[in-house]
Amino acid sequence: MARIIVVTSGKGGVGKTTTSAAIAMGLAKRGHKTAVIDFDVGLRNLDLILGCERRVVYDFINVINGEATLNQALIRDKNCNLLYILPASQTRDKEALTQEGVGKVLDELTREFQYIVCDSPAGIEKGANLALYFADDAFVVTNPEISSVRDSDRMLGILSSKSRRAERNEEPIKEYLLLTRYDPDRVKLGEMLSLDDVQEILSLQLLGIIPESKSVLSASNAGIPVILDEKSEAGQAYADVVARYLGEERPHRFIDGKQGFLRRLFGGKK
Amino acid sequence: MLNTSPVLEFKSSTFFAPILILFNNDMAAIEETLHAKINLAPEFFRDSPLIIDLRDLNKQNQDLDFTHLTQLLRRVGFFPVGIRGGNDQQNKQARALSIPIDTVREQGAPIIAGNVQKPEINPQPSSQPVATVVKPSANPAAIAPVAVTSTLVTQPIRSGQRIYASSDLIITSQVSAGAEIMAEGNIHVYNTLRGRALAGVHGNTSARIFCFDLQAELISIAGDYKTSEDLNKQTYHSPVQIYLQDHALIIKEIA
Repeated sequence: MARIIVVTSGKGGVGKTTTSAAIAMGLAKRGHKTAVIDFDVGLRNLDLILGCERRVVYDFINVINGEATLNQALIRDKNCNLLYILPASQTRDKEALTQEGVGKVLDELTREFQYIVCDSPAGIEKGANLALYFADDAFVVTNPEISSVRDSDRMLGILSSKSRRAERNEEPIKEYLLLTRYDPDRVKLGEMLSLDDVQEILSLQLLGIIPESKSVLSASNAGIPVILDEKSEAGQAYADVVARYLGEERPHRFIDGKQGFLRRLFGGKK
Repeated sequence: MLNTSPVLEFKSSTFFAPILILFNNDMAAIEETLHAKINLAPEFFRDSPLIIDLRDLNKQNQDLDFTHLTQLLRRVGFFPVGIRGGNDQQNKQARALSIPIDTVREQGAPIIAGNVQKPEINPQPSSQPVATVVKPSANPAAIAPVAVTSTLVTQPIRSGQRIYASSDLIITSQVSAGAEIMAEGNIHVYNTLRGRALAGVHGNTSARIFCFDLQAELISIAGDYKTSEDLNKQTYHSPVQIYLQDHALIIKEIA
């Protein structure tokens, strides 16, 4: 049985697709057969981040409508042969998604894959609701600013009331926090919410902090998930996230910002 | 993966319905009085559900044929949905007509709180009307009995979620900004209260709100409210209790 992960936030532009691509790649790199699905019908992006946009023939909606088989639509990643991408349709809208259709596709994927990552669109409409409906785990992606935190909180309410697990009275979806675009220097200046501020409102299990990093943008533009950039802080942070999700203990990094060269040399205080 | 939505579910809910209290078993007089009442507000009474209260009648040992009464009420446009305080014979008739019998409070426990309705509980001499219809809006407290249970919520209440309790409401997790919690009785939040909290929503002015850390967007007791802008900064972020005194919300720190 596969574990279904939804990457969600409510608010747009916080890094859902970047996160979906990174953790899907991370899970596959660690030997787990993983599928990542783009639920953002009409605003297809995931294929760009994963650099497979030129190989898209069939999409998620085609599979739901029975116009293509799942195997025809799944694209194998060129960097990792355990990662498959199910792209969204660019020409349709979210109304093309049906609960029955999504359920059928996920059911079929569940038999073949170990992890299924659902990249949710922004908002709390149909696309987002269907992306989370079947989930077992939720990665709530939040930026350290008040509107993003509020939207995440709203999303958590939906996760606990509108999912299949909630409707069936099963064990609730496991919710994790991913704090992205975190800039410790701006937190110190009081321009950004700190981890504690965010946790005071959301109080979730923290899976990781992804520092604001130029490498994210350049990786996206190059179509290579940032997790493959092992030198970048964001790449390492995502690797930590995947490890923690799989049950490894890793201390949280990037909360306090870069240590100066001299401080590192003389073992400055934490 | 076919239809996964459930076919049905049971929920508890509170409804308002007028109660017809009879003081006299004279069918002709009842019919006449009813017509007069209905003519005053035909739209209000049209197809209205009705609960029939026969306690006074039976206290005076005046017998009444419940089947006849039901027929009369249906004829003038009511839907009798319950009987209260009937004798054995009347209850039997009600059962035959598939009308539920309120047995819970038959044994003399007062169902009407407050003194506004007193004249109807203790009938006065013959000058008083044959039938009285208690309007639901006249005194909500009269219909909603004092809550005896409480609702416990241990999950965090997230932004956009609403919780309604027809009793006291006890919450052990935080209530987020943008969430709304409502109770007909008291509200206890043993955590941070950031959303809206409305206690005594049916007009119970003695309801109170208790919380560990007051950061609420809005607090209200029996309709009197304050928004966070009006909240005293001294009690903000403090454990407080909130209650109503002469139509003013008092926010008092719990030492």
